[in-house]
Amino acid sequence: MTKTDALFHYCLRLGDDAVILGHRLAELCSRGPFLEEDLALTNIALDYTGRAELFFQYAAELEGKGHSADDLVYRRPERRYYNHLLCERPNVDFGHTIVRQFLFSVYDRYLLEELGAAKDTRLAEIAVKALKETRYHLSHAADWMVRLGRGTEESHRRVQQALNDLWTYTGELFEMDDVDLLLLEHGIAADLHTLRALWQAEVKQTLDRAGLQRPADGYMQTGSRKGIHSEHLGHLLAEMQYLVRTYPQAAW
Amino acid sequence: MSTTTTAPVDIFTEKIERGENIEPRDPMPEEYRRHLIRQISQHAHSEVIGMQPEGNWITRAPSLRSKMILLAKIQDEGGHGLYLYSAAETLGISREEMIEQLQTGKARYSSVFNYPALTWADIGAIGWLVDGAAIVNQVMLQRTSYGPYARAMVRICKEESFHQRQGYEIMAKMAAGTPEQHEMAQDALNRWWAPALMMFGPSDKDSLHSKQAFLWKIKRESNDALRQKFIDKTVQQAEVIGLKIPDPDLRFNEETGHYDTGPLNWDEFHRVINGDGPCNRQRVEHHVRVHEEGRWVREAAQKVLSFEF
Ligand SMILES: [Fe+2]
Ligand SMILES: [Fe+2]
Ligand SMILES: [Fe+2]
Repeated sequence: MTKTDALFHYCLRLGDDAVILGHRLAELCSRGPFLEEDLALTNIALDYTGRAELFFQYAAELEGKGHSADDLVYRRPERRYYNHLLCERPNVDFGHTIVRQFLFSVYDRYLLEELGAAKDTRLAEIAVKALKETRYHLSHAADWMVRLGRGTEESHRRVQQALNDLWTYTGELFEMDDVDLLLLEHGIAADLHTLRALWQAEVKQTLDRAGLQRPADGYMQTGSRKGIHSEHLGHLLAEMQYLVRTYPQAAW
Repeated sequence: MSTTTTAPVDIFTEKIERGENIEPRDPMPEEYRRHLIRQISQHAHSEVIGMQPEGNWITRAPSLRSKMILLAKIQDEGGHGLYLYSAAETLGISREEMIEQLQTGKARYSSVFNYPALTWADIGAIGWLVDGAAIVNQVMLQRTSYGPYARAMVRICKEESFHQRQGYEIMAKMAAGTPEQHEMAQDALNRWWAPALMMFGPSDKDSLHSKQAFLWKIKRESNDALRQKFIDKTVQQAEVIGLKIPDPDLRFNEETGHYDTGPLNWDEFHRVINGDGPCNRQRVEHHVRVHEEGRWVREAAQKVLSFEF
């Protein structure tokens, strides 16, 4: 594996997280608990979709096969998608949506901080831009964690349930493979082992403020680094890719 | 210095006659207030319900760019709903009351959203035609007599014209695309043309209700005049991209300088507005379901106000 191959994969993974999580949030359009929150979720969906485009444009250039960003999104099969399992979890209820966003945004914030200093100008530029958005996503999600955790009996129960359900997908965020190790040598990738400690501390701090129990670290689900996903992803892609696959010759 | 005081009704009438805006604290007749609450809340509900047919295509948008444009567009519509709810609230009604009226069928929304968005071309047609028709009406409302409503319209109109152009762009691309795309574009135009024309409402020549709205300067142009404006600008746009307006009677009238059109099916209009359109139930049920699902979130948010953390 060359450095360029590794960087291509790395950008693909970053783009996949963004496009899939963005898609899940986009599903919530016209489904927010009140209009202002509906718009806030759409806004986050927009941020992720926008950054996905930047990651995929770069990935497509690195790949050098004449693909466009859209080709990578709309013509790639599920076994070649590398988003974290957490990002494809269904919306279930507002508690799940917020917990998913919170757990991911804490990770994303430290990740993007690291990548902002990456020895690859293009990647660093995208990370710096994305970090500004992620800081807002994080404060939005953390506020809701506290509001729901300390709100009513029902909101506390639901947000705790979501946390318990999603915890098993958090281990995967810190897995590293050859791609990460090779890029680390070149000062490009983030060291996820260091990140994990930062993530744990910040998550714990917010859960304490919210009066929520940190679930125990049991078995952690894995697979996405190798393109092994839950059954949910295939359905998401079937919907997302439907037009492009039905009319392969058409431009939109 | 005069010792006589002017009656509130006269102050209102004089302001209207001078062409000044009425502001929330100004005296106004009860019927004026009621008329505006009905009209502004209906407008707000239309923005919000209109999010559904377009939202139906977000997860199937065929490119990242089109997905972002659509997301942003729907977000704008929700924002329009917010401004308009706020404008209505200045007249002494709460958003909760308005939502209840929507959900119980006491308040209406634009009947055009009772039609389904069936293909991606419908996203083009809705932007081009539905937003396009809305703009014609809203440009007039920028000069409506109630200040908060007029100001909301100024903000909204700027965004609506973006929506119209983006919708037209989708149609143009599809019309010039593969045969299937062209067919989809023509089909969407065929289905949305009449509903868009009917957005202006039946002719208001003999309507007492409209007469009063004219006197109060809430309304400044007749439904037919607004409809004609829309037809004149849209027919040419269709020609440019090679789509055919689905009206065998359409022809340019040299004498009037306008396009003449065939009759519209007002029976269908009344049937749909009264509940028997393809999506009436679906739209309201969606709104009710989401509102109910969000109840526990709103309750929690109310209990923990932001200053507590
Ligand atoms: Fe509108
Ligand atoms: Fe609007
Ligand atoms: Fe619009």
